[in-house]
Amino acid sequence: MGIVEMTGITKRFPGATRAQSVLANDQVNLELHKGEIHGLLGENGAGKTTLMNILFGLYQPDAGQILVRDQLVTITSPAAAIHHGIGMVHQHFRLVPPLTVTENIILGLEGRGLLDLRAARQRVQQVAEEYGIQIDPGATVQDLSVGQQQRVEILSSLYRGAEILILDEPTAVLTPQEADSLVACLRTMAEQGKTIVFISHKLEEAMRLTDRVTVLRAGRVVFEALTRDTDKAQLAREMIGRDLIALRAEQRNRVLVLAGAQDAAPAGELAAPRATGKVMLEARAVHVNDDRGLPAVRGLSLALRSGEILGIAGVDGNGQRELAEAIVCLRPLQAGQLVIAEEDASHWGTHDFLQRSTGYIPDDRQNDGLILGFDLARNATLKLFRHRPFSAFGFLHDRAISQFTVEMMEDFDVRAPSPFVRASTLSGGNQQKLILARELSQTPRLIIASQPARGLDIGATAYVHQRLMEERDRGGAILLISTDLDEIMLLSDRILVMYNGQSMGELDAYAADAQTLGLMMAGTPLGGAEGAGGAA
Amino acid sequence: MTAREQVTLRRSIDWGALGRSAYQAALSVTLSLLIGALLLLISGQNPVLAFRSLWDGAFGSVNRFTETLVQATPLLLIAISVSLSFRCQIWNIGAEGQVILGGIASIWVALTFSELPPAILLPLTFIGGALAGGMWSLIAGLLKAYAQANEVITTSMLNYIAVYLLAFLVHGPMMDPAGFNFPQSPLIARSLELPRLVAGTRLNVAFLIALLLVGAALLYWRTTLGQRTEIVGASRRVARQIGFSVPATIALVSMLTGALAGIAGWGEMFGLHFRLIEEFARGMGSLGIVVALLGELHPLGMVVSAFLFGALVVGGNAMERNAGVPFALVDVIQGCVILLILARGYIFKFRRGAR
Amino acid sequence: MNVELITFPFIVGLLAAAVRLAVPILFAALGETFTERAGILNLGLEGIMLMGALGGFVGAYATGSLWLGVALAMLCGIVMGLLMGFMSITAKVNQVVAGLGITILGSGLSTLLFRLFFGLRSTPPTITMFPVQPIPGLSQIPVLGEMVFSHNILVYLALILVPVAWVVLYRTRFGLALRAVGERPDAVDTRGLSVDRLRYISLIIGGALAGLGGAVLPLASLGIFWTQITAGRGFIAIAVVVFARWDPVRALWGALLFGSAMALQLSLQTLKMPIPSELLLMLPYIITIIVLVGVSRRAEFPAAYAVPYSRGEK
Repeated sequence: MGIVEMTGITKRFPGATRAQSVLANDQVNLELHKGEIHGLLGENGAGKTTLMNILFGLYQPDAGQILVRDQLVTITSPAAAIHHGIGMVHQHFRLVPPLTVTENIILGLEGRGLLDLRAARQRVQQVAEEYGIQIDPGATVQDLSVGQQQRVEILSSLYRGAEILILDEPTAVLTPQEADSLVACLRTMAEQGKTIVFISHKLEEAMRLTDRVTVLRAGRVVFEALTRDTDKAQLAREMIGRDLIALRAEQRNRVLVLAGAQDAAPAGELAAPRATGKVMLEARAVHVNDDRGLPAVRGLSLALRSGEILGIAGVDGNGQRELAEAIVCLRPLQAGQLVIAEEDASHWGTHDFLQRSTGYIPDDRQNDGLILGFDLARNATLKLFRHRPFSAFGFLHDRAISQFTVEMMEDFDVRAPSPFVRASTLSGGNQQKLILARELSQTPRLIIASQPARGLDIGATAYVHQRLMEERDRGGAILLISTDLDEIMLLSDRILVMYNGQSMGELDAYAADAQTLGLMMAGTPLGGAEGAGGAA
Repeated sequence: MTAREQVTLRRSIDWGALGRSAYQAALSVTLSLLIGALLLLISGQNPVLAFRSLWDGAFGSVNRFTETLVQATPLLLIAISVSLSFRCQIWNIGAEGQVILGGIASIWVALTFSELPPAILLPLTFIGGALAGGMWSLIAGLLKAYAQANEVITTSMLNYIAVYLLAFLVHGPMMDPAGFNFPQSPLIARSLELPRLVAGTRLNVAFLIALLLVGAALLYWRTTLGQRTEIVGASRRVARQIGFSVPATIALVSMLTGALAGIAGWGEMFGLHFRLIEEFARGMGSLGIVVALLGELHPLGMVVSAFLFGALVVGGNAMERNAGVPFALVDVIQGCVILLILARGYIFKFRRGAR
Repeated sequence: MNVELITFPFIVGLLAAAVRLAVPILFAALGETFTERAGILNLGLEGIMLMGALGGFVGAYATGSLWLGVALAMLCGIVMGLLMGFMSITAKVNQVVAGLGITILGSGLSTLLFRLFFGLRSTPPTITMFPVQPIPGLSQIPVLGEMVFSHNILVYLALILVPVAWVVLYRTRFGLALRAVGERPDAVDTRGLSVDRLRYISLIIGGALAGLGGAVLPLASLGIFWTQITAGRGFIAIAVVVFARWDPVRALWGALLFGSAMALQLSLQTLKMPIPSELLLMLPYIITIIVLVGVSRRAEFPAAYAVPYSRGEK
């Protein structure tokens, strides 16, 4: 008998149309044993987070039942879940940055009268020591590193007596070292009798950390086993339904064939096309500050030529966003030089950047890429409406604008009933395609693409990747910034890894392997000693 | 079927949505009137009598009707000015102050340059009024753009300052020496008075100018500047990315906003009062806001709502004179209309049944 | 100008007046501090203060009891606050425009009800105000005694409220939850607390205190009511909250700053300065703008400020 048994869990999310409703969980059964670390695996959209959100009381299942310690329970809210000893650490932390660690942990707890912060601090310290967690209870959360903030989240659940802890993609925001630290911490907790559910799409971790695994695909359980009885290849197969490694090679081939490469090379023997174009973008020892005025990019240099894709890899938060914004001239340089198409762009404003043949796909499509309240036509012509033929003497030409939009929608496969519907009615994939249409319609020579396929389904992702590769083959210079290593490895010709605002080195994409990249992402420069990349 | 084949390239008017909007607006006004009636009942007044005198006051005769239009004129101008700001997400509520400044400046020009021929002087006063209103609003605009100062607070402070400035001027430097110490300025020259549209009434050319500016407003939203206004209002982040300077846009929109309100002040001076007096702009600011909101911030919608509130103001004054019901009832109706219009999304969703 | 009137006692009197004049703004600012900490911008303060002023006056006039007037004032404030709450929290509308609507409504309603109740009279109705109650012993202290300890009871109430508000905000579970909800409502939601309930409570507190602040004018300062009696103090209170960076103790200093401006303006009139009275009357409003400009650039607004919250099911 498991400590938690979920049986027949079904959950459907209504969509904008009946056809668009999603069956997130389909008759899912899951059993958790006390003291185990259980891996819940699957690709984006497989239903893992939905299932755990149901266990944590954020959603209610349409069908099925949950037993905790052999008792039938209905978990109507997170408070109820906590009452049953279930805690959850979300991918995006639910912490209040200006408050202290202790304040965050005791937030929402019952009690009468005034707060006794000193006693609370001591209790927090006690619980932390019990599980080997190093934390200063008086520290302000916004001053902590991401890894430390995650500890606070975990501590929050432990403080409330959680016996079952759910972690949603916990290592997505951690460097490999922080991840190791987390693993050690989780093992200690498991040894002390806590049950841990670990949601992930990373096979490496799952193999390393878990005792048992369950694989979900398209809302259904397709596989469960003891971790020691299985291996990465099998898990990958179950997650995707096919052999992952062969699939990646096949994807690459398909894209290359579409883009006009003569022959598809057999898997594992793909040679890098040598980029011989002129240098479209150069950054020379640039320094950029973040919103708080602290250095985010420290002396980074790179060079990008026509006809190549340079992938900037790295864990989120190492300066990639600031670098992208500095290159598109949204953010000033503190030092260093920026050269765009052989012109000194160090002091350009956005206007100057836009006047050159450039395109920018921002990582936040809903807030930076589109105006959701506007219709597609206005969004499509956001950058062009000030010029002919879309306006003359200050007046807009509606017909030209809508005609252009319709053409773009067709060229870029944006599916919508008309160019006059609001951008907010489009799916994520279609929104991204609209942005692509806008940015790529004038065949820019320099393209900055930041997380271009984030949150998109497999079809839309493939489309976006295909278009980018087409632009590359048309002679465009593309800077691809992504935290998704698979995307980087799939698209890039060369890869530069960013850590703590600095470059850890560049590699040929075809010569790169996940381990080398992982080390670089964790602060080991290529060919250098550990820690030489600068203090954390 | 591709989008190209399927779609008509003209933006068609969504009559359904328009009808719904009008219906909801009408409902809000009706409900507000009912609430007003209820208040009267509770305090022992006769609402039927009150509303009858309100109606008569607004529409009872040709003269009354033209008074309604006279009252609607500044409201319409202020509503257009407010709509400009609001569509840019600038919550500029300083219309009253801008109207006052417009009035002061235009009268000052008229009195100071009285030797100039009216053909030159009148347009000068117009420009003076617009400029002064624009500048007054620009103060708040610049403070918002460059110091992130909340424009609701700065513009309302500027309203109070403007009121005191006017009081100071008509009690002092601009007081009519032949006016028996009355707080008012000297009269402007007869030649500067705006011609009447209907003999024997107060309806004057200012009304036509307001309608003209409605047309200008309609055109404005079809220009690149209008697009820029809406883009900055909708998303500052995207606006920056397209290369628009958000502070410059805020400053520009603030100036236009103030200029329109200043013109309203000019209209009051040269079409109606012909001299500076205290309190000539009393309450116009909030009225203008209600008119703008009720008209959905659309120029044509605002024409209708300006007319409606013009009627309420004229009728309200008559109601106070004839039925003894305080004019403040109209203020209460204003507040109710704003709140009901705002909440209509919620109310109507609720009535049509849960999601 | 009568310079000889500027004596030491004159200045002490000026400071005492500053404290007294600060009280309506202080009450409103304290209330708004709670509201804005919870993430709601309540621009309806002016209207709520006016309703409070009316409620206080009518209550005292009708019953003869000043304290019942206070109670009615706070009740009016709470009702208006709840209305603002409905608009911001349940109907999730634009808070700026909703606040304006509440101000317009409160302004019109207070005038209307006053006129309906009392009609037009040649002599306006008056009430007997709260008397000055010097605290025995403490009021004898030179300077400070007159400045702080020789006022009416509502002044003492306001001054005591400052540390009370501080304790509630920083040392109670409620205050902690309130501070959290204005920054990260989703964090509060996850922990099983009700975001909406917290915000409604913040508006009840804000409304009650704003109503009380408005009532101070007829009940303790002026003894009568007239339309627009608050003359913009509601907006000034909001500026004070920004100036105070959402802290109750700093709000006290902000309110005192404005109290001083008003006291200064009054005393300059007494001194028969060659400055016209209308220009002096502008003083508090000009200072508000200057202060606001000075503090707004670096102000760290609560992160969830003026954004309606809905738990997104994705």
